[in-house]
Amino acid sequence: MTNPYVPIIIMVALGAAFALISVGTSLIVGPKRYNRAKMEAYECGIQPTPHASGGGKVPIKYYLTAMLFIIFDIESVFLYPFAVAFDRLGLFALVEMVLFIVTVFVAYAYVWRRGGLDWDY
Amino acid sequence: MSAFLAVPALLPGVLPGAENPVADFSDTPFWLSIVKGVLIFVYLLLSTLLVIWFERRVIGRMQQRPGPNRNGPFGLLQTLADGMKSMFKEDVRPANADKWVFTIAPLIAATMCVVSFSIIPLGPDVYLFGHRTPLQLTDVPVAVLLVLAVASVGAYGIILAGWSSGSTYPLMGGLRSTAQVISYEIAMGLSLVAVFLFSGSMSTSSIVGSQASMWYVVPAFFSFAVYLVTMVGETNRLPFDLAEGEGEIVGGFHTEYGSMRFAMFFLAEYINMFTVSALATTMFLGGWQAPPIISLINDNVVGGGWWGLLWFTTKLWLFMFFFVWLRGTLPRVRYDQFMHFGWKFLIPVTVTWVVAVAFIRGAQPPLNYFGKGALTIGNKAVSIPLLVIISVIAVIALAATWVWDERANAAAMAAAPEAEEEIDPFAGGFPVPPMPGQRLKEPAYAGPRSTAAVVTDGDAVSEATDGDSGTPDPGAAWFTTSEEEPRG
Repeated sequence: MTNPYVPIIIMVALGAAFALISVGTSLIVGPKRYNRAKMEAYECGIQPTPHASGGGKVPIKYYLTAMLFIIFDIESVFLYPFAVAFDRLGLFALVEMVLFIVTVFVAYAYVWRRGGLDWDY
Repeated sequence: MSAFLAVPALLPGVLPGAENPVADFSDTPFWLSIVKGVLIFVYLLLSTLLVIWFERRVIGRMQQRPGPNRNGPFGLLQTLADGMKSMFKEDVRPANADKWVFTIAPLIAATMCVVSFSIIPLGPDVYLFGHRTPLQLTDVPVAVLLVLAVASVGAYGIILAGWSSGSTYPLMGGLRSTAQVISYEIAMGLSLVAVFLFSGSMSTSSIVGSQASMWYVVPAFFSFAVYLVTMVGETNRLPFDLAEGEGEIVGGFHTEYGSMRFAMFFLAEYINMFTVSALATTMFLGGWQAPPIISLINDNVVGGGWWGLLWFTTKLWLFMFFFVWLRGTLPRVRYDQFMHFGWKFLIPVTVTWVVAVAFIRGAQPPLNYFGKGALTIGNKAVSIPLLVIISVIAVIALAATWVWDERANAAAMAAAPEAEEEIDPFAGGFPVPPMPGQRLKEPAYAGPRSTAAVVTDGDAVSEATDGDSGTPDPGAAWFTTSEEEPRG
């Protein structure tokens, strides 16, 4: 075994092959009976809402969540190498990490205060 | 500043690096990796077939009905029958849907769900086709990071499916699901930091290896609790299945999907459940290690080789039962409650817990950042700084919960109505249940309808005018008139 990352690609290939074969077989063996109503979007039996091309509009809330996710996910990713190397870094790293978390908490408190974490306005 | 920066350099190699995997793949040729990959894949597919049957049976028992029991012994082949049915159904793609993205989304979901299992240790070293190899496809120094990364890519399958369907409900479901997955991934990632602090490694085989003496569920119990919550949020399972929310948004992101494409999402959901459970087993419950008391039998004769696979599978299925149990017990939470809990409670509390664990870890004997003083209790040396830090943390935690409780009580008191008020449940013409703090007024007996009607047309008017109560209550009228009738 040379590279430990190669078997991960084997697993990706297996998963992709299984998915492709299953969906492909279903395309071949399944019936094909055209019906215009079947092609419409599902909407509880009423006329489907006209839908904008390209996916339609999205509430801005989700965009904000995505940005906050990036901030805090990077925070947690920074903690990973610190945690792994904790035994070798000494007291210095512990102090640094606490300072880092305090800094992130300032941003967190700001977002909370400004209502960035609220879902009901 | 330069002196401060130089501090880490003064401590070179205090302890040897443990971040590299302990699993030894030197005797694993490439063809054996492929064989192991196929075996793991088959293991996952069989587990999925079983767990869908298991879930329906257990939910059935919890709801006092038998569950599927027709296809095969105990209905075991039910999932296979469902799969075959999906296979032979028509593949419909709505006219509004984006052709390519709609096709690719289920493939992404089904491909990504199996990848994480390549780094999960299913057992220790075994002999397989004449080679000594770990029961694990591969291991890398950043294995756990890989699981989180793959989970994020898997979220693409969901959001792309919702976006490309060209319909309202799937778009809502896809967005909700993505917001949910990314919100809970932060808390999940943070809960794992405590384990890395103890193990000093992100490689799964090293983490399992370092739990030989004590499972991390003991020192990192709070991380385990947070992980249990977030893993349900990650996999969109009840009570957090807001992405699907049958009552609100039909089926969520897979509303427009049918046939085998839908089956791919279904498969991905269940394999994702196995993945998060396997990660929980690996990180907190000692992976393939035998349980504490059983491991004492005959000097841990059941701890090695293929036995590991048994213990791993048992722990995995405990988590699966936990998932089913939750589904059978809890109703769905509201979306804003769910997001508040994730962002305003889990994240700050988990970060604080990580800091606490870092201090505890720093005070423990091999590091001794805060001095080396030790008490001897019995015949064990206990570090004094460790005791001090644990007590400080306990006091802070107690104070925080106390303040929290006080505030919650105060809020409840402020929200509650001042006095118990009496309401007439039929005031509006139809029965209304009482709110908390309200008391029902006993409705007076109105008597048989016909009698009341007969009486009111005559004497009731006069009774209402000369009676001292002054309430034209039909019940009172009936009572008094029936008494007075002989007189008149």
